[in-house]
Amino acid sequence: MTTRTPSGTATGRFSRSELMVAAAAREIHDGELVFVGMRLPMIAFGVAKRTHAPGATGLFENGVIRDTPAPELLYTMGDPPNLLKASYCGDMLSVMSLLQQGRVNVGFLGAAEVDRFGNLNTTWGNRNGQQVRLPGSGGACDIASLSQRTVVLLEHNRQRLVSRVGHITSPGNGTGYGWRREQGLPLRSGPAAIITTMGVLRYGEDGEAYLASVHPGVSVEDVLSNTGWTLRVADDLDATPEPDAAELAVIREIDPDHYWTKS
Amino acid sequence: MKPGAASKLVSMQRAIAEHVPSGSMVTMGAQLEQMIPFAAGHEIIRQGRLDLTLVGPISDILFDQMIGAGCVSRVMAAWVGNASAGMGYCFRRAVEMSIPRAIETVDHTNLTLALALHAAAMGVPFMPTYTTLGSDLLKRNGNLREFSSPVNEERLVAVRALRPDVAILHVQRADAAGNAQLWGNLGVAIDAARASRKVIVVAEEIVAPEVIASDPNRTLIPGFLVAAVVHEPWGAHPSPVQGYYGRDHAFFHEYHDQTRELDGFERWIKRWVAEVSSRDAYLKLLGDSRADNLRVREHALSVPVDFGF
Repeated sequence: MTTRTPSGTATGRFSRSELMVAAAAREIHDGELVFVGMRLPMIAFGVAKRTHAPGATGLFENGVIRDTPAPELLYTMGDPPNLLKASYCGDMLSVMSLLQQGRVNVGFLGAAEVDRFGNLNTTWGNRNGQQVRLPGSGGACDIASLSQRTVVLLEHNRQRLVSRVGHITSPGNGTGYGWRREQGLPLRSGPAAIITTMGVLRYGEDGEAYLASVHPGVSVEDVLSNTGWTLRVADDLDATPEPDAAELAVIREIDPDHYWTKS
Repeated sequence: MKPGAASKLVSMQRAIAEHVPSGSMVTMGAQLEQMIPFAAGHEIIRQGRLDLTLVGPISDILFDQMIGAGCVSRVMAAWVGNASAGMGYCFRRAVEMSIPRAIETVDHTNLTLALALHAAAMGVPFMPTYTTLGSDLLKRNGNLREFSSPVNEERLVAVRALRPDVAILHVQRADAAGNAQLWGNLGVAIDAARASRKVIVVAEEIVAPEVIASDPNRTLIPGFLVAAVVHEPWGAHPSPVQGYYGRDHAFFHEYHDQTRELDGFERWIKRWVAEVSSRDAYLKLLGDSRADNLRVREHALSVPVDFGF
């Protein structure tokens, strides 16, 4: 399929980030409004559009709305290819207003830390016991507060998946089921999935994350020992589906030099 | 020029000298990753301004540079870093180690920052929202206050209006009176212009008033709000200006690599800002071939609209 040497998979036919992109794309259903975000989700939106969700619409907080994926790889949502032939270019509030109305079906986020209830921290990190100042929320808190489903992508290790985040930049399920409602957050909103480099986590009725699927070549033991709390495992644990040929073709067309999808 | 419409065209040096004193609250980077007024920020650094409050949703690396240069005592932003490369090291050094000086951070989200400017633009003390409920941003930012809705039982957050002293907005084109046209993603630019006490427009092109008047929908900053107009082609590099030049991705990565350590940043700021007298000198340093590679490869003109009657 390719001459480069992908890492971290049992099969060697695709990289872990390509698997994550395909998994993220499958979180987008046809016809949905999607808050796309940066990096891997930008590629996932293109994959979804060109495979199973041709009717999805992408919203970007800088004021861009697209019915078609951008014609070139994006490094930021404000890159000129993301504006060319957009279906709409306006201001931030005109896009954020749709989010606050509850019309956005799914929003994608990254994070430095996520905890067992899906709360996210992108403000204060911890490196070897030292507090590290991170860039902050951007639009993350808005997406986590207001979109119907929030999907988080991040690397899987004990520093990133922690029992309790040190700072809630973006609210997940707080301390469990019912917390969001108590805070006054919209009823139809909240965390839906965490796509990591090792598996996919979803949320139980109590608002706590559990392991729903493991990626090919990863054992459940690996996942558990790399998670900062005692992670529950689904009774019907799945293997994360591998990206199929059509998905891989789109990913490699969008990111031919593997800028975002190398490892 | 129409009779009565005085030209506000001045040099960047003069615009900053007259309208951005030390201690100002300045909003920049209103269009997020597009059209960031780097040339203005660099002139502020060269003029040695101190104790600025920077206001913006995300600033890419401009805020990082101004913080590293010691111009800033407070940042009110949703995000400070390097959009395509990650961390802003000057921001980190300032917050974690008070290098080169301590800064106060007031953490917003993109939406709360947009609403803060919108409230000021509307002339009201706050705007209501659901965002940040349950978050630590709400607990730590005194400009976000929870309240009960007076018309139903809901809990909401009041985002306090933010009225900057000056907005510096990079645009594609303007006339000499400051009527400015911009297109692409607008971010919070329109509200920033209305919320601020003064506006400095930095334009890629200065055009005749007739050009502006031909398409009033595209005039997003009316000239009477504008205190100064600066003609500064390439004034947003390394950020992109739709229809003029692309984003210099490599520049952002080089900045990231070269400013990891303090002495690296000091070398960077000396080379690209302190020892550069003007934007022309900056472009000379950048080199023709690098600029050529960023020029528009294929123009994509919109179809004119008809304002006839």
